[in-house]
Amino acid sequence: MRPEAAELPPEPEAAASPLVSIRDLRTYYSIRGSFADRLVGREAGVVRAVDGVSLDIRRGEVLGLVGESGSGKTTLGRTLLGLARATSGNVDFEGQEITRLPEREFRAVRRRMQVVFQDPHASLNPAMTIGQSVGHPFQIHGLERNRDRLRLRVSEMLERVGLAPAEAYLDKYPSDLSGGQKQRAVIARALILNPVMLVADEPVSMLDMSVRAKILELLLALKHDFDLTYLYITHDLATARFFCDRIAIMYLGRIVEIGPAAAIYADPKHPYTRALLRAIPEPDPERAVPRDLPRGEVPDAARPPLGCHFHPRCPNAFEPCGWESRDLRELLEARWARDAGREGVEEEEALFGDLSALDVPSPEVRFPPPRGRRPEEIVAALERIRSQDPGEPFWKGVERLEAQDAHVRLDFHPPNDPRLERTGEVDVACHLYGSAPR
Amino acid sequence: MAVEARPAPRSPHGRARLMALGRATKPIREARGTARVMLWAGAAITLFFIVLAVFAPLISPYGFSEYKSGGVRFPQLAHPSAAHWMGTTVQSSDVMARVIWGAQTELEVVAIALVMALTIGVPLGLLSGYFGGPLDRALVVVMDALFAFPYLLIAIVIAFLLSNSSIGGGILTAAIAITVAYVPLYFRVVRNHVISLREEAYVDAARALGARPRTIIRKYVFFNVVQNVPPIATLNAADAILLLAALGFLGYGIQPTQGAEWGYDINRAVSDASSGIWWTGLFPGLAIVLLVTGLTLLGEGLNETLNPVLRRRRFGRIDFEPLPEEML
Amino acid sequence: MSVLQVRRLRVYYGTPAQPVRAVEDVSLEIGEREVVGLVGESGCGKSTLGRGILGLLPEGARADGEVLYGGRNLIGLSPKELRRLRGPDLGLVFQEPMTRLNPLSRISEHFRETLKQHESRLSDAEMRRRSLETLGRMGIPPTRFDQYPHEFSGGMRQRIMIALALVLRPKLLVADEPTTSLDVIVEGQILALLADLKRDFGTALLLITHNLGIVAESCDRIAVMYAGKIVEEGPVRDVFANPAHPYTRELLRSTISLETTELHSIPGAPPNLIDPPPGCRFHPRCPDAMRVCAQLEPVEKRFDQVRRVQCWLHGPESRIPAGGELPLEREAIGVADEA
Repeated sequence: MRPEAAELPPEPEAAASPLVSIRDLRTYYSIRGSFADRLVGREAGVVRAVDGVSLDIRRGEVLGLVGESGSGKTTLGRTLLGLARATSGNVDFEGQEITRLPEREFRAVRRRMQVVFQDPHASLNPAMTIGQSVGHPFQIHGLERNRDRLRLRVSEMLERVGLAPAEAYLDKYPSDLSGGQKQRAVIARALILNPVMLVADEPVSMLDMSVRAKILELLLALKHDFDLTYLYITHDLATARFFCDRIAIMYLGRIVEIGPAAAIYADPKHPYTRALLRAIPEPDPERAVPRDLPRGEVPDAARPPLGCHFHPRCPNAFEPCGWESRDLRELLEARWARDAGREGVEEEEALFGDLSALDVPSPEVRFPPPRGRRPEEIVAALERIRSQDPGEPFWKGVERLEAQDAHVRLDFHPPNDPRLERTGEVDVACHLYGSAPR
Repeated sequence: MAVEARPAPRSPHGRARLMALGRATKPIREARGTARVMLWAGAAITLFFIVLAVFAPLISPYGFSEYKSGGVRFPQLAHPSAAHWMGTTVQSSDVMARVIWGAQTELEVVAIALVMALTIGVPLGLLSGYFGGPLDRALVVVMDALFAFPYLLIAIVIAFLLSNSSIGGGILTAAIAITVAYVPLYFRVVRNHVISLREEAYVDAARALGARPRTIIRKYVFFNVVQNVPPIATLNAADAILLLAALGFLGYGIQPTQGAEWGYDINRAVSDASSGIWWTGLFPGLAIVLLVTGLTLLGEGLNETLNPVLRRRRFGRIDFEPLPEEML
Repeated sequence: MSVLQVRRLRVYYGTPAQPVRAVEDVSLEIGEREVVGLVGESGCGKSTLGRGILGLLPEGARADGEVLYGGRNLIGLSPKELRRLRGPDLGLVFQEPMTRLNPLSRISEHFRETLKQHESRLSDAEMRRRSLETLGRMGIPPTRFDQYPHEFSGGMRQRIMIALALVLRPKLLVADEPTTSLDVIVEGQILALLADLKRDFGTALLLITHNLGIVAESCDRIAVMYAGKIVEEGPVRDVFANPAHPYTRELLRSTISLETTELHSIPGAPPNLIDPPPGCRFHPRCPDAMRVCAQLEPVEKRFDQVRRVQCWLHGPESRIPAGGELPLEREAIGVADEA
């Protein structure tokens, strides 16, 4: 099946070195500001989709890259495939640096690294038959010009992915196939050139429950037969469990935990990993809907939280996690949402007035009270809020709260970015485990 | 044991091509209701004019500029009669001959104009939409500027400029004038569609497979964009007939020596109408109305059958059979 | 006491040829403050059933049977009468919240309009208080009341949609895949909110989903739908512990969760509903199929007040013709004959 493998016996060093080696990779997107912004020369925002990721993908393994939407997992995959430009950092693929390759030279890499996208309905050209689509890689790379031989190879590949007999599918159009069948054709197209690596970006999440297992099993069988290495991108830790040798958990552009799959499922370290695992619905009526899930949603990657990006949602956050001005706003808003309609809430809202002064991220907050109010009133209100819920992690971050020069002054512990550090079998980026100062 | 080689299947590639054709025309064959009526009525009218145009030398009793036959000059402004079914003009030409030869001129000009507008507008739209960047911005500005002018004005200016050049006031000039007016339209339609297609996963997949931009545009983008073109082109053809007639009417179109043209004839007929001579204007006018209607019906029919947004679903009657008694 | 009773409902979609029998002779009861989960593969008619209950069927569809609400049959009511019921009595939450919010209106305007339409006697201050309170329960702070839909994330929009349905205090809320496009943590948050509906708002909930995990965690009762029919119904605990219909069992086995130890899938795909298979509609895919299953429609078997199944495995034996219980011989299903 793999002529190259026969010609080139694996060298011992090559077998040991990782297939893909990513170092401090950053992929930023600039967001186009409004026309008015550009007129006055205001800087448009930058989305840090991938923000300093380092990891290795070893030959023959399945690495699961897991995160919610907005975590940057898809962008990381696209950067690897050369579909998105890296802003900085390196990706070594089979010993070659590929982030700065011009498109023309990247074409050779693409014979070796292929992709399966999430949506099978959109991944095939509606104007090409299945046979044409699956055989197209040969024509793109000028590897097979004889049409009968091409048809034969396409047929073999289709039957290998379960689309048998191939004659029944070759001349069909994508619109004639079901979702699972389309995804099989997409897999056939990706593997027909014998790549060494496959990036599978949510390959089963658009499929019906009853089909997912079949496609996952097919991918596993093909990995074995074709001696492949997979990067399996998903939001679903349940399917990843069946599939992956190692798992990397991503949150807002960074990897927060990475290690052997067994270790991560047995003993998740990062509070985010734990939350992801807890949130998966279990078909077990004895279990109720979990109620201790992290609050809120993944924040805007253009304005990530200071310190650990997860701290605003983290139930275990404490002093060094990066508390800041925006956390105060969220605390107040969550409180007012919970008590909306109750007595005293509107008065409290009026006391604080406009909260937009808190939108500039900073660990040191100074804001004036609204007209006719004294800063001491606000400080007293905050103290009252603290006394009502002293267990709230936010208060651990507050170093100082006082009225000063007609302003409210609130200082937080200085923010501290957690770095990936080895804890047991896994690497985790969390102050709960690291050697960071408490 | 020797196994007999199976006979090779009869060229699977040729069969695939036939199937592709069958698939492309399926919505047309399956059109129902008003769309079907419009489609076929439009096609019949258009075909009628195409036959007139192609076989004009056989069908037409006389040449378009003939004013005598067998040494006998035709009467001037003669009523429709057995000899001249649609009467004659002040220059003694046969109105019917002018209408029939006119069909040839109109269709020739429109065909040339559409081919030129498509060959310029579609590739520019493809490139501009796929690559984006400065080229795209520059093209969009130019095309929008052209688009902002009334068609007729652009066509008049171009016709005027070209009529003084070596090309002269013939069919090609008229065709170029119309082309310039329509290129921006195709450019815009194609470019906008390409921009939306560029985000499709299958275009990304093609890039990931290592396809060159040329291949992606040709195989992945063009085929999916080109489906929009037939209805637009047909509707445009109708519009172009009117534009050509307007040019002719205003005296910027085909020169009378170069061919028969309905708009020009109507212009000449304006003065006749006041003296009760109706046939010189009526027949070319009817020809314009009929051909434009035919093309419009065909275009709208195509649009309704090919455009999934407009395609009206048909529902059959639903009758519920009585349910069996509940069995407990 | 039941809020809503569906009796022998059929919903067909018209096509140029034969109609699609999307819902075929379905009966279902939803009790007060009860959470009922409706599950099945895509294309089995569960969304159609949800829409049929609310009278929200597309052009070309027809319904027959009874949907009894407050003593009235909703089938056959005029669109105007149905509109009056939808909102204050029957609420609906869709899968795609963005398409249901008007991008040009502030959140506050959405609420004012809804309340004006159905409870026009409320004062402005009262409307505001009720809106803020409902939004607050869903976790949307009052400071964001005057923002536009695009300023919210997907999860927030779904919360707003639910609040918009709940502000009228409906008796029954139909939620059609309300969390399918959301991330797993946000999905969990929203399910927790939905599970609290009965406590907070006294609302019954029909939760339509393809995810059995969601049903297990948040529903009291489950109805399993296959090819337009409810093939099994009962309390969630009983059905999950002891599925009576092979389809329910296979569906449970093919669900991938953290507890799953072995991958499993159901061969084949749901049938075409224009011309469904004779007998039991699941028989071509059923590992336990008997000869009778391909010939006769199964008779509904009621185990008790709340548990029922439509499957020949549960008899009645008196109706199975001689030799009918022998295993069914049929063609193998291809590997890729799937949904």
